[in-house]
Amino acid sequence: MGVVGQPVKRKEDRRLITGYGEFLEDIKLPGMLYAVFVRSPLAHGKIVSIDTSEAENYPGVVAVFTAKDLEGKVNDNPVAWIVPDSNQADVKRPLLARDKVRFMGEPVAVVIAESRQAAYDAAELVYVDYEDLPAVVQADEAVKDGAPLVHEHVPNNIALKWHVKGGDVEKAFSEADRIIKQRIHIHRAAPVPLEPRGAVAKYNPGKDKLTVWVTTQNAHIHRFLLSVILNEPEHKIRVITPDVGGGFGAKIPVYIEEAVVSFAAMQLKRPVKWVETRSEHFVSSIHGRDFIGELEFAVKNDGKILGIRGKNYGNLGAYYSTISPGCVTVLHGLILPGTYDIQAFDYEMYGVFTNTAPTDADRGAGRPEALFFLERMVDIIAQELGLDPVEVRKKNLLPPGENIKTVTGLVYDSADYQKAMNKALEIADYEGLRKQQEELRKECRYIGIGVVSHIDICGFAPSKVVGAVGLQAGQWESAIVRVHPTGKVTIVSGASPHGQGSDTTYSQIVSDILGIPIEDIELVYGDTDAVQMGWGTYGSRGAATGGTAVAKAAKKVFEKAKMLAAHFLETEEENLEFKDGVFIRKDNPEKKITIQDVALQANVAWNLPEGVEPGLEAEVFYDPSNFTYPFGTHICVVEVDPETGQVDFLKYLAVDDAGNILNPLLADGQVQGGIVHGIGHSMYEAIVYSEDGQLLTGSFNEYALPKAHLVPHIENHYTITPSNVNELGVKGIGEAGAIAAQVCVANAIIDALKPFGIKHLDSPYTPARIWKAIQEAKQNGGNA
Amino acid sequence: MIPATFECYRPKTVDEALSLISQYKDEAKVLAGGQSLIPMMKLRFARYPVIIDIGGLDELRFIKEEDGKIKIGALTKHREVEKSELISSKIPVLSYCASEIADIQVRNMGTIGGSLAHADPSADFPPVMLVLEADVVAKSQNGERTISVKDLFVSVFETSLKEDELLTEVQIPIPDNNMKFGYKKFPHPATGFAVVNCAVGLKMNGNTVEDIRVAFGGMTTSPYRDYELEEKLKGKELNDSLIEEVSDSIGEGKDIISDYYADADYRKHVAKTFFKRLANELRGS
Repeated sequence: MGVVGQPVKRKEDRRLITGYGEFLEDIKLPGMLYAVFVRSPLAHGKIVSIDTSEAENYPGVVAVFTAKDLEGKVNDNPVAWIVPDSNQADVKRPLLARDKVRFMGEPVAVVIAESRQAAYDAAELVYVDYEDLPAVVQADEAVKDGAPLVHEHVPNNIALKWHVKGGDVEKAFSEADRIIKQRIHIHRAAPVPLEPRGAVAKYNPGKDKLTVWVTTQNAHIHRFLLSVILNEPEHKIRVITPDVGGGFGAKIPVYIEEAVVSFAAMQLKRPVKWVETRSEHFVSSIHGRDFIGELEFAVKNDGKILGIRGKNYGNLGAYYSTISPGCVTVLHGLILPGTYDIQAFDYEMYGVFTNTAPTDADRGAGRPEALFFLERMVDIIAQELGLDPVEVRKKNLLPPGENIKTVTGLVYDSADYQKAMNKALEIADYEGLRKQQEELRKECRYIGIGVVSHIDICGFAPSKVVGAVGLQAGQWESAIVRVHPTGKVTIVSGASPHGQGSDTTYSQIVSDILGIPIEDIELVYGDTDAVQMGWGTYGSRGAATGGTAVAKAAKKVFEKAKMLAAHFLETEEENLEFKDGVFIRKDNPEKKITIQDVALQANVAWNLPEGVEPGLEAEVFYDPSNFTYPFGTHICVVEVDPETGQVDFLKYLAVDDAGNILNPLLADGQVQGGIVHGIGHSMYEAIVYSEDGQLLTGSFNEYALPKAHLVPHIENHYTITPSNVNELGVKGIGEAGAIAAQVCVANAIIDALKPFGIKHLDSPYTPARIWKAIQEAKQNGGNA
Repeated sequence: MIPATFECYRPKTVDEALSLISQYKDEAKVLAGGQSLIPMMKLRFARYPVIIDIGGLDELRFIKEEDGKIKIGALTKHREVEKSELISSKIPVLSYCASEIADIQVRNMGTIGGSLAHADPSADFPPVMLVLEADVVAKSQNGERTISVKDLFVSVFETSLKEDELLTEVQIPIPDNNMKFGYKKFPHPATGFAVVNCAVGLKMNGNTVEDIRVAFGGMTTSPYRDYELEEKLKGKELNDSLIEEVSDSIGEGKDIISDYYADADYRKHVAKTFFKRLANELRGS
């Protein structure tokens, strides 16, 4: 039995747990300077003047740069997703604000000093005179006529509008018994990785070489975009990824701060370091969610959904972030029908500028919002029609199968949604839970049961498809498997793990194929001078795309090793058996050679067959034929205290299907982390702006991450429906938990409130909001 | 983040500390366990040219019983209050209250004197100290005085301590055995600080309220005793309808804190609910 599928402990953990991780903050270079940004306190304002003289004269300060100093030397930060047929407005973000500031936290100047202390002190001495402008923070307000314009050349703040239509929508709505409508706002939250953003830049004028260490999920994308911004050829830029303390999407974008410190290092010819504070992270990195959907579902009285019509206002913030146009469109709308057989679809998606920090990918990037809309709507439909929410789901689930074409044009690789749902219902004893709910209601105790059938788009992805929908990048992945003369292995991957455990899972994959122990295998990634082109880790692509590239490269190596073994053992390949890393002649088991010895012989190349190249390694560039679509059913049970609105968890059960599981221990970790992320986003975490664009939750004093005592025990279960896209049969599991949990918790809480006549409540589900909803419902004649 | 530049002194005796405090007055800030002050300084919400770090003054670290009181040195850690057998046997509500503060890491660093002198309206100790009718000892080079806790809290982060005074001790009268105490907190999920907290002391004589003390935190700029509420209950027969009736006045006429997480209406409602629940628990119904 191989090690793939075994609960192998993470190879990474010993190093990280014992404090030997090497994070960006650990980098200290001789002569290094420190950068601190001066940020706008206003959400919207004209820059009248900037006085840097006092800061420049502060002891230890080496330079202060503003937009003027950058003019003509660098380019604005481009957006990497241009959605076709969306009239996407041309807006590029200046590295430092020019003429006006558009959100609280936008940098207007940078102070570079010998010490961090001096840089912080001097940053307070940069005096910026602003003329206050009216601000707009909510997307559906921003599109109204007369709303303040974030960018003067973008009317109604509409950055883009994308329309997806499929099936006969008019027919669906005319044949419906009921049309169920709801406006749903999925509130703004943020990815909040443990390690904030940071970059260190070093420039060697002799080589004209810029080296940038950056906390990123995708070093090569940074090299590419930094090259565009800095006018520095790509081969003269080296981007290195140290250990990254979590990303969750926040470390996909190329941030202007990274480009500014690179510029400063080139100008000053000294290394420059920037590490943001947590407060800066909240105010100026990226946020996520903040979609306002206006949804209409055409349904029959038996719960059958005939069609979906609607629109969405996705809040982009003040500028595009690297892939944000895709998050509010392609990654959102196409998956909205979910696991259901819905044949008519008409959905308009608006990307809207507001005077808030930019949004971008936040663990799920558009898909959690889609599932939130869909699964809230299914519960609302059930309530409106007086049906059990599970009954409505079962009535609409797509049948099991492969290559299922959806109304939006996606092709689901492999599906057995019923199996996952039935398993979850059975383990949770759904019928029993409903009975318990009835009994407890008699005692004025309110438990709620949330059930969701979730689906994710993963394994990014066929490059020609993502290109066709506007991503200005490929999405294939690369791997080198290199066997050294001693038989040890280095995997060089274009993926960029930052907590996923890919060092472990890739080693498992290679170990099974080459018969080499896991501890003899190591992963190299994230250094653009050491690693061939690749696209990084996000969108649950590490296993399906990166892992498959590794498997393909390992197989190529194996084929060569086998050919060489046959040569060394003076036989044909067909006469060889391979067992535990040893090639053995079937006809004469005494004659054998280990793969390690094959590696040595391949590398010294004293006796290779005619025409065979030395070395034992292979490189693969793997472009998948399709996305992968993991799915599952989650069930959450809560009890709501109607007197205070406080929520207690009674149960959280997850049945996930991510195809074959490479490592169940890591899969559990990913799902549990995702669920905690989803619970946090549903109940505790909220990015809240005042009406004039001041961030009210800009520190851990206000922004509540889910701590251990705030989340329930999570029961993990799986069904396995292998993907037909890749030879590993894997789908991806990094985001599924977050996608499912956010709405699962919402459904549970709102289900508990059903006796009060409450049909829907927007998130976050804070006790105060729940209590208020109950009070209002009581005034409107709700019972209980 | 990095605090603004400051000078730091570490006095070795209380006298030395008092001399420094008297020398620097409002230019200086006293640092005890640092669980509130240091984050505020790092965020640059607070900046002082001089920090007087009294963390090394072991003479202010004690828990003892004397003259019918429990006396706790100002530098006693929350965790020591929580774990003290003397306190749990004489004033269990205080042990419980200490155990509710933040997390173990904070409780191992934060001090009782630091917490009271910091005067955070959402801290755990104040409502409990108010119903226990505790005093604090304030020392200066000119001598010492005791301040009743009800007179200590002036506003947010503001106390009646004079600029040359150091809070050195907390004195809590050991309550009458017949008085029962309870404490409830609605913790903010971000920090564990109270959105609302409530402490109640109740002494019953049969069905009649002989004495009652009620205090709230998290509601206004300072934690407060609700004397009006107490008066409405004293000498009355305690029943559900009376509890319901009197609780209606909680928070009325006061400027209640309101933020995105919990507005004034909700805070008032939680305060009422906590009061009702505590009153019922303590009367034994």
